[in-house]
Amino acid sequence: MSEAAAVKDTPIEHAHQGFLKTYIFSTDHKMIAKQFLLLGLVMLMLGGGLVMLLRWQLAYPDKPLPLIGISETYMETGETETAMDRYWDEQFSKPEKEQSWIATRMPAGVISPNFYNTLFTMHATIMIFFVVMPILVGCFGNFLIPLMIGTRDMAFPVLNMLSFWVAVVSGVIILIGFFVPGGHAATGWTAYPPLSADPTWTGVDWGQNLWCFSLIFLGISSMMGSINYITTIINMRAPGMTFMRLPLTIWSLFIVAILLLLALPVLTSALAMLLFDRMAGTSFFNASGGGDPLLWQHLFWFFGHPEVYVLILPAMGIGSEILSVFSRKPIFGYHAMVYAMVSIAGLGWIVWGHHMFQSGMNPALGTTFMISTMVIAVPSAIKTFNWLGTLWGGNIQFTVPMLNALAFVSMFVIGGLSGIYMASTPVDIFIHDTYYIVAHIHYVVFGGSLFGIFAAITFWFPKMFGRMLGSKLGKIHFWITFAAFNCTFFPMHILGVGGHMRRIANPLQYEFLQQFEGLNIFITMSAFTLGMAQLIFIFNVFYSMFKGKKAEDNPWKANTVEWTAATPPPHGNFAEIPTIYHGPYEYNAPGIDEDYLPQTSQATIATDGNGKQ
Amino acid sequence: MLDWLPPSISTVGGEIDKFFYVIYYITTVVFFLVAGTMIYFLIRYRYKEGREVKYTHGNTTLEIIWTVVTLVALIVLALVSKPLWSKIKQELPPSSTVVQVTGKQFNWEILYPGPDGMFGTEDDYQIDNLLHVPVNQVVHIKLKALDVIHSFFVPVLRLKQDALPGREIMMWFEANKPGEYEIPCAELCGFGHSGMLGKLIVHSAEDYDAWVKSTWPEN
Repeated sequence: MSEAAAVKDTPIEHAHQGFLKTYIFSTDHKMIAKQFLLLGLVMLMLGGGLVMLLRWQLAYPDKPLPLIGISETYMETGETETAMDRYWDEQFSKPEKEQSWIATRMPAGVISPNFYNTLFTMHATIMIFFVVMPILVGCFGNFLIPLMIGTRDMAFPVLNMLSFWVAVVSGVIILIGFFVPGGHAATGWTAYPPLSADPTWTGVDWGQNLWCFSLIFLGISSMMGSINYITTIINMRAPGMTFMRLPLTIWSLFIVAILLLLALPVLTSALAMLLFDRMAGTSFFNASGGGDPLLWQHLFWFFGHPEVYVLILPAMGIGSEILSVFSRKPIFGYHAMVYAMVSIAGLGWIVWGHHMFQSGMNPALGTTFMISTMVIAVPSAIKTFNWLGTLWGGNIQFTVPMLNALAFVSMFVIGGLSGIYMASTPVDIFIHDTYYIVAHIHYVVFGGSLFGIFAAITFWFPKMFGRMLGSKLGKIHFWITFAAFNCTFFPMHILGVGGHMRRIANPLQYEFLQQFEGLNIFITMSAFTLGMAQLIFIFNVFYSMFKGKKAEDNPWKANTVEWTAATPPPHGNFAEIPTIYHGPYEYNAPGIDEDYLPQTSQATIATDGNGKQ
Repeated sequence: MLDWLPPSISTVGGEIDKFFYVIYYITTVVFFLVAGTMIYFLIRYRYKEGREVKYTHGNTTLEIIWTVVTLVALIVLALVSKPLWSKIKQELPPSSTVVQVTGKQFNWEILYPGPDGMFGTEDDYQIDNLLHVPVNQVVHIKLKALDVIHSFFVPVLRLKQDALPGREIMMWFEANKPGEYEIPCAELCGFGHSGMLGKLIVHSAEDYDAWVKSTWPEN
């Protein structure tokens, strides 16, 4: 790689800077990565907290919440029994405008229908845009790209810093939305107009506007990040780091950056049109003014489907990485894995219509989108088979990152298979907009992306923080999460098959859903357990950050370049820019004494293997 | 899981369910094959000091086989799904019964054209949430929305169609069992979305005549 070799190696000297430059307005990709991680983990707790309230309502519709709700005595007799009763008594005696934040959203501790809509809207918005994207793309993109390709930092460090701080601005805007009169956005994360286009239909005014502004800012942040990632990967690879020697994690992040670069402007323009409809009286999405509500759906899902792959591709890359390391074996079908990701990135642009089979779009298009959707399942299947191939004949170590990566693979298989039901247009007529979809998306985004996040954090924690993550707590967290996850989301398939609509606040209003009351309670209990288990993880991360065992440079005996850097890597990462001699997954190569072969090692592999690298 | 499907009372419901079953059996078998293989590998190749590891970068023949097999299976599934989809959503079998259903926050407004069979005339009859239809006859629904998007969903008919402001969507169904069934709204339409609920009343031939007579007595 002549152009990579030509990159000037200028060691970074300003390693010692003030507090502000080191921790707040840092231009070091590793610090920015940690900032994104912190943002993601804080938002994870918020997004998870919201859904606990939501699950309460679904299990015990219109019943007061425990602890903050009114007591039964108060309900029956009007006598105040608890401190909360007295609180509610006082709130109800005030005019509505002076009531507290809680009282206007959950009067007497009962979740109001509009607040319920806010809960699922903000749960999804936060989890997708402020948890999975910041952690998988923001944190691990930043941390891993320079370290894994063997360079000192991102191509544009200042742009990188800006990207994070614009994401913070976006996060602050979305948080402010919770406190504006009228409440936060309540039209689902998909925000279909006309519902979202006119405050009359929801009573939500500034909440929805701020939602739009926040996502526009987040789009700008992602744009800055993706330009940086693409430039860095193309131009700054260490000498010898050819594209086909890139770790699959870097391949996945490279493809994700391209998807983000092309998809987000579409969302940004759609959001701008929505804001114009809301605030300037235009009619892009308003039929009575000559617009078309379906236009939004086309624009949103043209962004939305590549976005789904933005959420899952990095987890696929990370999963491949970890599977290979802990099977002590080269990844099976490296080239097939790369081509599968590339074809997902291509096909991802022509499947958006499968979200719109029942939308009123011309049904002839349904068939077209069904075929393209069936085809895009193929690369995912290829990846799954290759993961199995990687395990085959290995020497499998069940470390915490490996457990999470294996959970990622198996849960992604369920999420992938359940997708086939929806791809078949006649079956989709029935299961569209039911809990079947909710089950599917959570198997992909929690089972896939979030287990990918757990795997990534536990795997790279030693390199990020210089300490080992507690493996006992890690295993406890993993097993509770794995069990509670399946107890929470698998039964949702059954709800969906029974016709249980999504986004309804009270299933007991329907005769045909009465039979699911018990199942809903079970799901809620599992969801509470799942939520609680994440506190173990958060505790483990922060405890190990300061009190964990000191980590060696390469605790997992892995091949990729980041493990040759000091722990934690200093400003500028490497004492000297490394030269790359091997592919990333040469484990147990013939003629090598150890069971791993760092990409920077000059040792040669005996040629009796069938490898091409 | 299949027992949880609501009963089917439409002529196409059984066919949709058949597809559901086929996909269910295929995906279940695939899942157990994949999960079984994975668990087998995890046990068989669990860590042992000094275990001989198969050093391989893959197998092109295998890659081609599993790519082609998956691709063909999925394309075939798409192709066999197509005719049923077209039958339900693209074709419109002739019918003499047409009813207009308009979604509005938070009710289904049902408009019957009356004996003259035409909307916008004096004998139109409008009521919220009650959709009367005869059994064993094709019924046309003219679906509209007044304010925001709603979705007309009748689980027992296996029928779902979004109602869009500014458009009229024609759809059809043929119920084959008299009874009363629920028509929830399946697309988020505001704070009253939960509980937006109509009722489909499928009458036997005599009952339907009686209902027509009582609704339009002068004819």
